[in-house]
Amino acid sequence: MTYSSVLIQFLNGLAGASTLFLVAAGLSLIFGVTRIINFAHGSLYMLGMYVAVWAAEPLGFWWSVPIAALAVAVFGAGVEIALLRRIYGAPELLQLLATFALVLIVKDFTLWQWGPEDMLGPRAPGFSGAVEIAGRPFPEYELFLIGFGPLVLGALWLLLTRTRWGTLVRAATQDREMAGALGVNQKWLFTGVFALGALLAGLGGALQIPREPATLLIDLSVVSDAFVVVVVGGLGSIGGAFVAALLIAEIKAFCIGLGFSQLTLVVEFIVMAVVLVLRPWGLLGRVPAPARGAGGAEPPLEAPSPAAIGALLALCGALALVPALSAGYTLVLLTDVLVFALFAVSLHFIMGPAGLHSFGHAAYFGLGAYGAGLLLVRGGLPMELSLLLGPLAGGLGAVLFGWFCVRLSGVYLAMLTLAFAQIAWSVVFQWDAFTGGSNGLIGIWPAPWLSSKTAYYYVTLALSAGGVALLWRALYSPFGYALRAGRDSPLRADAIGIDVRGLQWAAFSLAGLFAGVAGALYAFSKGSISPESLSVPRSVDGLVMVLLGGIQTLTGPLWGAALFTWLQDAVARGIDYWRAVIGGVVLLLVLAFPQGLTGFLRRRSAA
Amino acid sequence: MTVLAVRALSKAFGGVQAVRQVSFTIAAGELLALIGPNGAGKTTCFNLVNGQLPPDAGEVEFLGESLLGLAPRKIWRRGVGRTFQITATFASMTVRENVQMALLSHHRRLASVFSLARRQHVDEADALLARVHMRDQADRPCAVLAYGDLKRVELAVALAHQPRLLLMDEPTAGMAPAERSDLMQLAADLARGSGIAVLFTEHDMDVVFRHADRIAVLSGGELIANGSPQEVRADAAVREVYLGSYA
Repeated sequence: MTYSSVLIQFLNGLAGASTLFLVAAGLSLIFGVTRIINFAHGSLYMLGMYVAVWAAEPLGFWWSVPIAALAVAVFGAGVEIALLRRIYGAPELLQLLATFALVLIVKDFTLWQWGPEDMLGPRAPGFSGAVEIAGRPFPEYELFLIGFGPLVLGALWLLLTRTRWGTLVRAATQDREMAGALGVNQKWLFTGVFALGALLAGLGGALQIPREPATLLIDLSVVSDAFVVVVVGGLGSIGGAFVAALLIAEIKAFCIGLGFSQLTLVVEFIVMAVVLVLRPWGLLGRVPAPARGAGGAEPPLEAPSPAAIGALLALCGALALVPALSAGYTLVLLTDVLVFALFAVSLHFIMGPAGLHSFGHAAYFGLGAYGAGLLLVRGGLPMELSLLLGPLAGGLGAVLFGWFCVRLSGVYLAMLTLAFAQIAWSVVFQWDAFTGGSNGLIGIWPAPWLSSKTAYYYVTLALSAGGVALLWRALYSPFGYALRAGRDSPLRADAIGIDVRGLQWAAFSLAGLFAGVAGALYAFSKGSISPESLSVPRSVDGLVMVLLGGIQTLTGPLWGAALFTWLQDAVARGIDYWRAVIGGVVLLLVLAFPQGLTGFLRRRSAA
Repeated sequence: MTVLAVRALSKAFGGVQAVRQVSFTIAAGELLALIGPNGAGKTTCFNLVNGQLPPDAGEVEFLGESLLGLAPRKIWRRGVGRTFQITATFASMTVRENVQMALLSHHRRLASVFSLARRQHVDEADALLARVHMRDQADRPCAVLAYGDLKRVELAVALAHQPRLLLMDEPTAGMAPAERSDLMQLAADLARGSGIAVLFTEHDMDVVFRHADRIAVLSGGELIANGSPQEVRADAAVREVYLGSYA
């Protein structure tokens, strides 16, 4: 690599860092003050892109940028006032779920307004040419971006340190309760911060349009990148976001420059992993202060009564009778329900008792599906063996990723699991030769003796019910109790010799293995798999199922999975904009039942 | 017999020397109170002994072996029980289940996936609860207990591993004055009866002087006195620290 190409790659990295910084800074600001992780931050970025492309046509690029940024800021303020204000008191997970519902709604709004095709933006007038640097042409617009990032950092710094409003923001970031006690009007402070964060995201998106087309897929990829940056830099630290954006963008640029563009995602992962092991709260982050009087204790997990066990067995019996009464589509739908019930129960296993809030559980579902598919298609193994061995891929993936994840807790953990899932997705998506890339794998059919819908339904019923029973049994074993002990009081657990981290790692791996079983079952029930099976929306499906059912209940995930799978099936078949409908339903449910459905019903019956 | 020997322990935070050259020992069945005015280094000293902080210099020896560098759970395995200033129990479990957890850990049965946890070591747990007079509340969830009762649950949990040393950080903090002496009397009886060495910090001087066998007084990070309650009461340096030069 020559000196000039090193320089060019370095400059490319700087330019990439600027937009990354804008998004991450907004995410970090919003989290710092409101303690909400804005899953929809990538959606705000995407909106910024679309609005800018749309406004640039009549008004020109330079007008479209501030207009897009302001439009997104106004939208952000509206979201804060109409939605987030109502859920600041709700559990963290439901807040995340609500912002994910926004992702779905914004995506469908964008689809409805601007259509499914990518939209190309204009070049930036005045910066459309190239200058010669070290004997090579370098786009002027990239130079503009290189200057713009530090400019925004400077402006933010001035805003936060030299204005009264900025002082209040910093005070609220450090100690929200104390700021409130001192009479700071939190309501408008929160709205203002959310609007500012949205503005930064919109600005980042708008500035990106001369570089890449606006696409509907950008939201989740941007928010995953921003999560990585924020985790590496330290949550709530603007300076940290800048340093991390630089670091990651540079490393990516050099990977591309050296001809290893496939490596970029793995490298991001390695950087994050190294940082998290050495500095669990990020490069410039601080150990979060424990929240005062933080939420009540988790309710005890009652052991099911003999009657409840009887009812569950009766349910299994009834499910076994279904093929005698009905065939065709009902069986297909029920097979899906069973698969997702196991998936949801495996997620609940780590989320509820262990308190590990995973936002990337689909990674293990997808790895199980691909494990089974690849063993069959590329490995030439018999179907039965592929179905049994495939889930190990999910388990092994969870062993690897889990080792890092259990070192963190709370929102850091959620972000890390999400980032790992995005990485797993990208690897599958990009590795055309092995995984079939975006087309996925086809021809993954069950062995002839299982090929009828009825036979496969029975296999699914047996494996899912067996898996659920094993996981539930484990919850009441010393292992499951020790997980709850670690969640209730890590301090006490440690002081009576419980290796909390080790047990959590084991639980994470076990949950990954069973998610893998669900994935493998899913693959053979569809006959094909695509990267969608480990995408972020699939992870969120699992979260919705668990949270709908109620996280501190035993059977909640079952009902959540059934309801959600049925709803998705019914809505997706009938309505074009089904994502928005699901998003809307989820929002309504979050607003109406902040403790989940089963929790709600239980309290109703207790009252 | 010396259970705990602390030798020349020192710890600085930035420029502040929080603990300087502190040494003391505790024998089996002996209760040593660590006291001192606010900022004297009690908590730091306590956390150096229990492994939550690494010392800059010095040695913490338990039954002749160093505890330095061991994680809290490894220190527990060696035979050191703890109670916390703010009680730490498993709030989603019953009183008995809390003790059962400690017993499961004691018997190294935590990795068991198929047995039912609540059926394990029931009698042993109830016997421990009886020792702290909590047997009748065994089935109540920990989340609804009175604070003083939680403290007693912590005692039972600490006893589950048959410790040789018990570390109690402000055992009576947050309790009504009448309850304090009862709790400390209970702890003292249990410790003396089983030959457990006890190190505790405490703000309530009534409790300290009534129940401690020996009192170690810290001031400005240094140990200025170490003796029986009578000796400490008469110590000029202690009187000066607590009462000022008018003493």
